[in-house]
Amino acid sequence: MARTTASTRDTYGKTLLELGREDPNIVVLGGDLNKSVMTTYFAKEFPQRFFDCGAAEQNIISIAAGLASSGKTPFASTFAVFGTGRPFDQIRISVSQPHLNVKIVCTHAGISVGEDGVSAQGIEDLALMCALPGFNVVAPADAVETAQAVRVAAKTQGPFYIRLYRPATPVVCGPDYKFELGKAALMRDGLDATIIAYGIMVAAALDAAEDLTKQGLRCRVLNMSTLQPFDADAVVRAARETGAIVTAEEHYRRGGLASLVAQTLAEQSPAPQGVVALNGYAESGKADELMTKYGLTARAIERAVLETVGRKQQGLSCSA
Amino acid sequence: MSGAPSGRTTTNATISIADLEQKARQIRRHIVTMTYKANSGHPGGSLSATDIVMALYFHVLRHNPKDPKWPDRDRFVLSKAHACPVLYAALAESGYFPVEELATFRQINSRLQGHAHIKTPGVEMSGGSLGQGLSFGIGAALAARLDGRTSRVYVLLGDGECDEGQVWEAAMAAPHFKLDNLCAIVDRNRIQNDRFTSEVMELEPIADKWRAFRWNVIEANGHSIADMLAAFDQAKQVKGRPTVIIAQTTKGKGVSFMENNPDFHGKAPNKDEYEKAMKELA
Repeated sequence: MARTTASTRDTYGKTLLELGREDPNIVVLGGDLNKSVMTTYFAKEFPQRFFDCGAAEQNIISIAAGLASSGKTPFASTFAVFGTGRPFDQIRISVSQPHLNVKIVCTHAGISVGEDGVSAQGIEDLALMCALPGFNVVAPADAVETAQAVRVAAKTQGPFYIRLYRPATPVVCGPDYKFELGKAALMRDGLDATIIAYGIMVAAALDAAEDLTKQGLRCRVLNMSTLQPFDADAVVRAARETGAIVTAEEHYRRGGLASLVAQTLAEQSPAPQGVVALNGYAESGKADELMTKYGLTARAIERAVLETVGRKQQGLSCSA
Repeated sequence: MSGAPSGRTTTNATISIADLEQKARQIRRHIVTMTYKANSGHPGGSLSATDIVMALYFHVLRHNPKDPKWPDRDRFVLSKAHACPVLYAALAESGYFPVEELATFRQINSRLQGHAHIKTPGVEMSGGSLGQGLSFGIGAALAARLDGRTSRVYVLLGDGECDEGQVWEAAMAAPHFKLDNLCAIVDRNRIQNDRFTSEVMELEPIADKWRAFRWNVIEANGHSIADMLAAFDQAKQVKGRPTVIIAQTTKGKGVSFMENNPDFHGKAPNKDEYEKAMKELA
């Protein structure tokens, strides 16, 4: 289905600028990638509240912690690979354990980074961040949800990670959409199966659900934009009401949404689960070529739904 | 809350150096007792840093034990967070919490964690992994400047800690941001966890390294409270860039068998050793 697209990182930069005008306590830290993560809007208007720390991510995170401890609301921004894995210990010790009010907003997540190749493709970031107790982890579906999530992060005390993209992504949230931290959003209802997705994969999930109606299957689609705290209730409800779950994400198959849903199902309401995710590292290429080659498409989701519904009908609850 | 109402600070310009030295012995007794009772902890680097911390808490820092989050306070950041016994002892003696609470160090349900953590009143930064404190101090110093506060930020680093790359990321950034309200202190006791720093990872010429990063460098005797007070005073006068004080110290200072002995970096004294140490510190 053709959809308009919009840039999540550009929306982030503009939202940050608006927030900067509203709240003098907001400060921004960058690591020599500001033209890419769009913190340049903020930097231009508020040079006194903008700190480019150079290519030194460990330093950035601990400086942000120091600013937060003195009452500032720091937004630290770089690429997902550099903002999560490289300073993981600093995030754990300086930010997460003392539960400081630091916002880490990273762009260029997933394989849709494209041509820069495997080193730049962050497919473990959510596993890392969801491993931190009490850390809010949000992966907005599109630019509309990005603007809302960044505002919620700014106004909610505590550490946040927000995951954004390099390319413009399909807009799936309507003008009435309301992001609620910790709540899955019902994007489409149905009782035959549930597709749970976040980020760039929500559009593919909606396309898959639309196509599946031709085969007589009505799929529920949940946008699980908050990965932590996790909306286990929505998953349990989906398992009980639809009996088949497919997760779809642009992340390694372990440690992200697939793992969170599997854990919830195992603990609370067993149901067959199909997984659409990355099985390993990718390579250089155009974003759409990579998404196709590595199986992150509406077609792949459809196949997973049909296979999972088949297992539901056979009464099998364990995943193949 | 803002401003600095008179009488809010504990900076006591009238306390004599002799009084401070006497108090330092008391702090050292606390350190030895805490690690003995916990049967774990890091006495060596706590004892080496005692006189530095004494100078700060009882003379230099503008702080208020009755109001640990007073926005105009000076910050003390213990980057070498394993040396928290000296910090806890200084905080207790300053009145942040009862001295009796020191006996709970490292025990379950205690506020006094094995490595410094912000759950303890008066502790500014959670640490435990090395190398993060100077960066944290930069953040606090930037915030003070943005808010127009005269607060100063003091960060105590271990010399072994300077192996961490992040220390040098921060060392590069602080002069870039022209943070003259930031003062780092390196506890140069020449011993790290495994062995002497010269054997593990050569640090010299350490003062020249900081000079090359454009810091104002002061070299001082870290066991002379008078020397430390003079160094802190000089650091305050320097404008446009941060100061680092390279404080020459002795690991385990004050307890004969711990002095300059790598074994007591992270080992508690046994009963005999405890009794001997307490006699020496009486």
